[in-house]
Amino acid sequence: MKKFINTPESVLTDALAGIAALHPELKVDRDNRIIVRADAPRTGKVAMLSGGGSGHEPLHGGFVGPGMLDAAVPGEVFTSPVPDQILAAAKAVDGGAGVLFVVKNYTGDVMNFQLAAELAADEGITARTVLIDDDVAVQDSTWTAGRRGTGATVFVEKIAGALADRGADLDKVAEMAEKVNAASRSFAIALTACTTPSAGRPGFDLPDDEIEIGVGIHGEPGRSRGKLRPAKELVGLAMNAILADQPLNAGDQTIVMINGLGGTPLIELYVVAAEVAAVLATQGVRIGASLVGNYVTSLDMAGVSITVCRADDEMLDLWAAPVATPGLRWGH
Amino acid sequence: MDIALASTWIRAVATAVEEHRDQLTQLDAAIGDADHGANMSRGFTAVSAALETFEPATVGDVLVKTGSTLMSTVGGASGPLYGAAFRAAGKVLTEPSASPRQLVEALHAATAAVTQLGAATLGDKTMLDALAPAVTALEEALFHGADLAAATAAAAKAAEDGAHATTPLQARKGRASYLGPRSIGHQDPGATSTALIFTTLAAVVAAR
Repeated sequence: MKKFINTPESVLTDALAGIAALHPELKVDRDNRIIVRADAPRTGKVAMLSGGGSGHEPLHGGFVGPGMLDAAVPGEVFTSPVPDQILAAAKAVDGGAGVLFVVKNYTGDVMNFQLAAELAADEGITARTVLIDDDVAVQDSTWTAGRRGTGATVFVEKIAGALADRGADLDKVAEMAEKVNAASRSFAIALTACTTPSAGRPGFDLPDDEIEIGVGIHGEPGRSRGKLRPAKELVGLAMNAILADQPLNAGDQTIVMINGLGGTPLIELYVVAAEVAAVLATQGVRIGASLVGNYVTSLDMAGVSITVCRADDEMLDLWAAPVATPGLRWGH
Repeated sequence: MDIALASTWIRAVATAVEEHRDQLTQLDAAIGDADHGANMSRGFTAVSAALETFEPATVGDVLVKTGSTLMSTVGGASGPLYGAAFRAAGKVLTEPSASPRQLVEALHAATAAVTQLGAATLGDKTMLDALAPAVTALEEALFHGADLAAATAAAAKAAEDGAHATTPLQARKGRASYLGPRSIGHQDPGATSTALIFTTLAAVVAAR
């Protein structure tokens, strides 16, 4: 393993020190391991709080700031945060209008946020939870923990965050978050495994000419393994899975994200983007907004995820609203 | 079981987790995200530190402290699940010593807590597949007149058998479930760490 780390155990705290040193607009509580807006709590504003295991940067800490999240709670690498930590963040950002927990649907995240919501209620904080579950690679919800939350998390945090900034109440913000999640679908393909600092070696072995199809964002193998093919065919495979689950009609508007998993050059993401645009164009589907880059990563995994959200005018308007975070910034 | 034995057990679990850290990580790498060893190690290291300065009045205090510490330090699914298990068990044992019968009751409470929080059933390829048979074996052995050493040894064997028996199963809960049929052929890391907790219990009781 070759990584820019001091020790495997200190990766998270060392990275938090970097955020604290270079982002004065954020407050980093290194004891509680929380990142909050420096101007929190904002009185009367619904607070947006998200978190999960580390290793997906810029998700979630990189999305804290005006127009998006009020707080992020990073757990250890690929491990959900603990209830005390989530509670500390909720207390730091609650401005009296309640807190929305944006939680990716993983067993550990769901349990820890549920325990935190109970602790928050004991302290008089109203918390609502929206579960993100957009990954269509998980097909069978009866025999699994249910669909994983992946790329749609960025859409939910941005769009619901913008609505919260406009002064909407907790129910309205939660409703919008649910609506964005319900309209979003993702699928990911990996070319390599990733290496967690604590394991020190790749999570799985993959021959040079093979790929993992339908991977998540935690270095676990996907649903199946296949031969490497041209990008056009791989995108076709991903888009088939996405569109089979949520068919789109001519004239539909979308927000699309071509997301690198941490080890994929931007030029390859644009190759993928061209193919995604071509598939949508043949169906007469419009791309109203898009992101191409590394937004929900899986450490050093080479791979790409594609997320498509069927967006209405309100979602597109909220998407375009100003945002000022380390990971997303426009309109300011 | 008295306070001293309970404390010895938990400290021995911390040592055992450290010794088996790589094994747990490798099992988790196959069907999860390769962090079970690191997470359990972080949790039980914190538990050992917490017990250093802790003055328990009951056996339950030791277990509740263990559970609370795990819940605040481990994260993932194992933090809440092991946390809830130890806390639920501890809440049953409200005296300075616990009879074998009370220990069985406590472990039933632990099983109920895990089942409630994790919503798993037997055969889902989770820690429950080691926990439930261990509790049953302990109860049966005691019912047939075994002493605590023999009964905990039976529980340890049942937990290990239960963990091994997860290998051919397809995971239906947790992160391994995303692999579908590809989860078959690998032993569940959570069931393995649960078995470790029971083999450690048998060892400390036998050494007494």
